[in-house]
Amino acid sequence: MSLIATLARMEALREGRARPLATVRHRHLSERPMVFVPLTTAGEAGAPLGALFGTDREEPTLLVVPQPRDRDLRFAFLAQLAQGMLPYLEGYADDVDVEVRKGKDPETGEPVEVERELCRDAPQLLVPNGSGVRYVRLLGRSMRFRRTAEEAPDEPYPVPSRVPLLGRWMTHFGERALTPGSCLLVSMTDLLSRHWASGQSGLEDQHLGALLAWLDPPPGVHGSEAALRAETARDERGLLECPPAGPATDPAFDNKLLAPAITRYDAGLSGAERAVRDLVGSQLRPTWDHVWRGLDLLRELPPGDRVAARWEGDRWSYTGHRDRLRAGEPPQPKRDDAVTAAAKLVRRETDQVRLDAHEALDDPLVMAERRLAGEAFAGEVVAVEMAYSEGRSPRPRPLVSVSTHDRPHVEPGTRVFRRLAGKAQEAQVAAAEPGLVVVRLVNQMGRGRVPAEGTVPEPGDVVCLTAFEHDPRPAAPLPPPEETPWTHGGPPGEAAMGASAPDPHTAEDYL
Amino acid sequence: MTAPVGDPSAEAARVTEEILHDTLHSPRRGVVVDSPPGAGKSTLVVRAARELAAAGEKPMVVAQTNSQVDDLVKRLAKEDPRLPIGRLHGSDSPPDPALSELPSVVLSSSVGDLAGREVVIATAAKWAFVKDVPAWRHAIVDEAYQMRSDALLKVAGLFERALFVGDPGQLDPFTVVGADQWAGLSYDPSASAVVTLLAHNPELPQHRLPVSWRLPASAARLVSDAFYPYTPFRAGTGHEDRRLSFAAAGDGSAHDRVLDLAAESGWGLLELPERRTVRTDPEAVAAVATLVRRLLDRGGRTLSEKGTAALTADRIAVGTAHRDQAAAVRSALAGLGVAGVTVDTANRLQGQEYDVTVVLHPLSGRPDATAFHLETGRLCVLASRHRHACVVVSRAGVERLLDEHPSTEPVQLGVTVKFPDGWEANHAVLAHLNERRVRYRP
Repeated sequence: MSLIATLARMEALREGRARPLATVRHRHLSERPMVFVPLTTAGEAGAPLGALFGTDREEPTLLVVPQPRDRDLRFAFLAQLAQGMLPYLEGYADDVDVEVRKGKDPETGEPVEVERELCRDAPQLLVPNGSGVRYVRLLGRSMRFRRTAEEAPDEPYPVPSRVPLLGRWMTHFGERALTPGSCLLVSMTDLLSRHWASGQSGLEDQHLGALLAWLDPPPGVHGSEAALRAETARDERGLLECPPAGPATDPAFDNKLLAPAITRYDAGLSGAERAVRDLVGSQLRPTWDHVWRGLDLLRELPPGDRVAARWEGDRWSYTGHRDRLRAGEPPQPKRDDAVTAAAKLVRRETDQVRLDAHEALDDPLVMAERRLAGEAFAGEVVAVEMAYSEGRSPRPRPLVSVSTHDRPHVEPGTRVFRRLAGKAQEAQVAAAEPGLVVVRLVNQMGRGRVPAEGTVPEPGDVVCLTAFEHDPRPAAPLPPPEETPWTHGGPPGEAAMGASAPDPHTAEDYL
Repeated sequence: MTAPVGDPSAEAARVTEEILHDTLHSPRRGVVVDSPPGAGKSTLVVRAARELAAAGEKPMVVAQTNSQVDDLVKRLAKEDPRLPIGRLHGSDSPPDPALSELPSVVLSSSVGDLAGREVVIATAAKWAFVKDVPAWRHAIVDEAYQMRSDALLKVAGLFERALFVGDPGQLDPFTVVGADQWAGLSYDPSASAVVTLLAHNPELPQHRLPVSWRLPASAARLVSDAFYPYTPFRAGTGHEDRRLSFAAAGDGSAHDRVLDLAAESGWGLLELPERRTVRTDPEAVAAVATLVRRLLDRGGRTLSEKGTAALTADRIAVGTAHRDQAAAVRSALAGLGVAGVTVDTANRLQGQEYDVTVVLHPLSGRPDATAFHLETGRLCVLASRHRHACVVVSRAGVERLLDEHPSTEPVQLGVTVKFPDGWEANHAVLAHLNERRVRYRP
């Protein structure tokens, strides 16, 4: 944790309410997000108990599985979920922009113009917390390999149509959520704790109710007290007043209310299904309201300048998945092959660097964090001395002296960057001593012997230079999967490439 | 483990011959060599490169950082001034200017310019951009345990067979983003290149260099026991072969007393009162700087198999866990008028060698012991850079901190559990250091 974040947490503790960690919103928020609050059954991996979802705050759709161990009921639930969610998820697929890019003809290798579609907007799925994101991945995995009656009429246990399709979307969203800064699937606790520091630990912040208690405590109540109440206060029946934000449920609720209700349902008593439904709904509704409350808080922040550019990456991701579905490709494999795994890792690392740089450039408070860490410095230009490079056609290499109170970790030769007309201007540190850094500008000064107007700061200007790059360079290419080298097991076999066959030793392909 | 007997030089020479034989003649596509700290890894790489070149094989050499590549080029050019060497470099990461002075070395950012060179050396990152060239018959991969699996994936198509050399006890490669989803896969891209290589090619011959020429006898035993419990090594020199002495007697201060202890026994612990501090604990940083200042002021002299020499600033290093700690120590040293001492993090000190090191303990003053601070390799790097003595500066209470934070990393199916874990290694080193402890109250 950075020094400034530690300070913010201590201030939050002292003042009894959360402190800002950002002055702008660093994540894209859809105009019309879909909130998804799932609950799972205790002790039964991947058995949903119910869910509340929808795009309308006042009218969520409630789906409940009255007997979560009944696989027919489970798949009926998933079919209803698919029916409810897919129109939203697929609803952005046809509204496209056409981009013309330079590409190569696949046969001749000649440069040609390639038209590519890009969806103008994309859906956004909001879940309460990190466990919710993992649950979306789990649901995706449990659904995407299922066969429907239309696809494989002879196989036992067909699932209703569209269930595998929802599984593929959820898998895609779950996978995309691992990309730093992506916004197709985000958790409310992550969004809130990115923008505010509470007076508790990061682990405790995963409790949405407690986090909101710090952000928005009742008048006159200290945040820690409100958070403690959210976490532990129980009513006269011993139930938590603020049910956990899922997918796990409160054990007291399970034992005292849910289990007897399910037993009554199993016994076929009239009204029992309705009772389970009301019980599950009562646990979901507070979390549903919390997510929307969090959304209200986030919407008060203006979006950062580079948020839209990063959202474009999400739109490409969405469009790419749409194209794969339309091309009839098989579902995502259970495991990535060596090249895909490496490509994902490298892309995520590049995105992390880019996200960190973007957030700092968008937000002075985040830049302050980097400055305190010695990765950037800001100050007033006190002198500019014209100098030129050696060589046949000397180029301007002005020396700029910056007086600063920061203590950057730079030494002569360190490359530093500043923002200039939407691009990064590079400089090299020529001398650094406490309070004064001299840098030599090396580019973005036009073609002439004299630097273009406005490309060199003047004495009195305030500049901010970073020791990190603003736009990370693209990583080296990976070989195509069919050329996987011997060190990594050679090219993946058929089984790894496509959907794998069911386990021959297991009568039924369990989760 | 019983200490191996026999002449260390003969034993090391025998293993080296076996490695070179396998490299040149093994029917397998790879050879893996584990090298404990200071066991002559670079010497082996240089020797293998020369032998392969002499056999007409024109090897390519892959190292991990630009400074490693520059060092290898310099050593190779020194050993064999007539060997034509190519140094491939990135267009915006120019090599050490000293290389352009060497007549046998050609520098270029394009591999096409280096076609005729007997040996071509570059970083893995640079090699990854090389394409559309015929494959090399032989490659040497240096620091292979510090190379990430995905980096090997990018370059492995360039060569038919390779010699992989590295130290399994040093820091594992890392990633700043989560890679749990691939844990347990044989080709987990965040794992070390050697782990992936051996998972897919378990039949490859594996060797181990048995003798550390860097570590003094006082350190080899501890480092071997604490960090390499199942693959022990020994020091190439005896207890009497290395000596550190000071011209000026100590002034009775805690700093001087711990330096005297370290000169005598190879280790010293300067313990500050227990306290939770910020990472750049000002008192600990000041203590580190003062120790370095006293090392220089007291006119240290080193006696070793290489002869006697004055302990100069360039033979001293300060190791820390974090970059901001290193920056704080640097500015404290500047404040005491000390220049020329290397101050860096464990990651950057890997592969380096000094006479005396001063280490700021990674767990000093911390409220918790995270996986980062407990990483076995971090402590191993910090505790194995010295030829003569290592002085550790720490807040008291690290043992209790360790006991309050046992390793709680999730166990992943298919992942080989590494021994020893950092928790145990930390305890082993602390137990040894506690016998050479000087308490100091600032």
